[in-house]
Amino acid sequence: MTREDMQRASWRMAHEIVERNHGLDGVVLIGLQTGGIPLAARLAEALEMIEGVEVPVGRLDVAFYRDDIGLRPVLPEAVTDIPGDLDGRTVVLVDDVLFTGRTIRAALDALADYGRARAVQLAVMVDRGHRELPIRPDFVGKNLPTRRDEVVDVTDEGVDLGEMVK
Amino acid sequence: MSRSGAGQRRNLLSIADLGPDVASGIEEVMALTDSFVEVSERQIPKVPALRGRTVVSLFFEDSTRTRLSFETAAKRLSADTMNFSVGTSSVKKGESLRDTVETIEAMGVDAIVVRHASSGVPRQVARWADAAVINAGDGWHAHPTQALLDCYTIRQHAGGVAGKRIAIVGDVKHSRVARSDVAAFTALGAEVTLVAPPTLLPPSLDGWPVKVSHDLDSVLATTDVCYLLRMQRERMTEALIPSLREYTALFGLTPRRAELLPEHALVMHPGPMNRGVEIAPEVADGPRAVIVDQVRNGVAVRMAVLFLLLGSGTEFGGDGNG
Repeated sequence: MTREDMQRASWRMAHEIVERNHGLDGVVLIGLQTGGIPLAARLAEALEMIEGVEVPVGRLDVAFYRDDIGLRPVLPEAVTDIPGDLDGRTVVLVDDVLFTGRTIRAALDALADYGRARAVQLAVMVDRGHRELPIRPDFVGKNLPTRRDEVVDVTDEGVDLGEMVK
Repeated sequence: MSRSGAGQRRNLLSIADLGPDVASGIEEVMALTDSFVEVSERQIPKVPALRGRTVVSLFFEDSTRTRLSFETAAKRLSADTMNFSVGTSSVKKGESLRDTVETIEAMGVDAIVVRHASSGVPRQVARWADAAVINAGDGWHAHPTQALLDCYTIRQHAGGVAGKRIAIVGDVKHSRVARSDVAAFTALGAEVTLVAPPTLLPPSLDGWPVKVSHDLDSVLATTDVCYLLRMQRERMTEALIPSLREYTALFGLTPRRAELLPEHALVMHPGPMNRGVEIAPEVADGPRAVIVDQVRNGVAVRMAVLFLLLGSGTEFGGDGNG
């Protein structure tokens, strides 16, 4: 996936978010630290161009909610910043890559501590499969079949598939 | 029950335990504290990070803020807490420290927070216990979490500790806070001046990277942080000062002296304050005082320490996410 492909995909995902929610009333974008932050910003930009509405954008770190604390090193990558109360809002969680689904499970737990959202939807740039939990994305940039030991690298310049460095 | 795969348990007995590079260890705690400050500001200030872990406070000496602060920190991380106070325990029946520690260990605890009037007790406890041991103050030796919260509070109000001119005023001799603060502040690159009458300084300052002054008035104008120590009347067995009134006249931060401080200077105190002795009430409640912030930050800093020791699976001073 090139930079341009990613731009087109995020533009399409923004349209899908508007379509699914019949507008942007009550919609909040929350990027997951740190990979989801650039995509959340791009989606917010696109949503403003499409609907002329400025959507609140937050950042969420899920380190304290992970189920592998004590099994591997876990540290937050950045401080969480949630814009206001989430009661009754429609939260669109945004991440770069969807893999096992464990990060999203942790994110759902974290969100519940900020209020009771009306609905939570999930937008990811790449869905690489290998889910370990019953979680599916609502908006996908690209479905990318991978092997478990491959590494998906999403940057501003595009998406790369590499081998795990051992 | 086997331990989790977090590797060997670590302890926080003094600032030196923060890693081979103390400064980066302190920075790591402070960065993590930012996240826990955010947690503490939420409507539900609680995260599930340490669910199923047990933290015991083993306090052989009176304490209000440190014990409550550790307990609040553990609870906000969803850990279970147990409290041990000497007055209501078998120590009164003559149980030895070692037996007490082994009894607590046998109940399956993950961290022991120790305070004791004798220096070195936490290290001894760490030798006997598999659990992580955190020093919450031992004798005149060390009080590392106090130093960490002091660093955090200075960073919060002054943007950082490096290059700051910090005056530590008062009873340095009996102060574990002063010893840990000197270690932490100087590791981060602050210029520390100890201000006290000669009788309240340690017998030797060899190897302390600090300046010394016996004249508070001459130091204040070039001070960014004025850190007042508590006059520890309970630890003073000899007549080290002629009277508390004379001490206040020469070394107390009175409203007149506070005026000598630069506009931006911070006034700090580890508590509990002797109002009217080392600090005047007007100064303690004045605009430069950040004493309440120290207490508030104490909870978040102790959450960071507990999480690093019990949850994160990383080494102090390590490179974070693996």
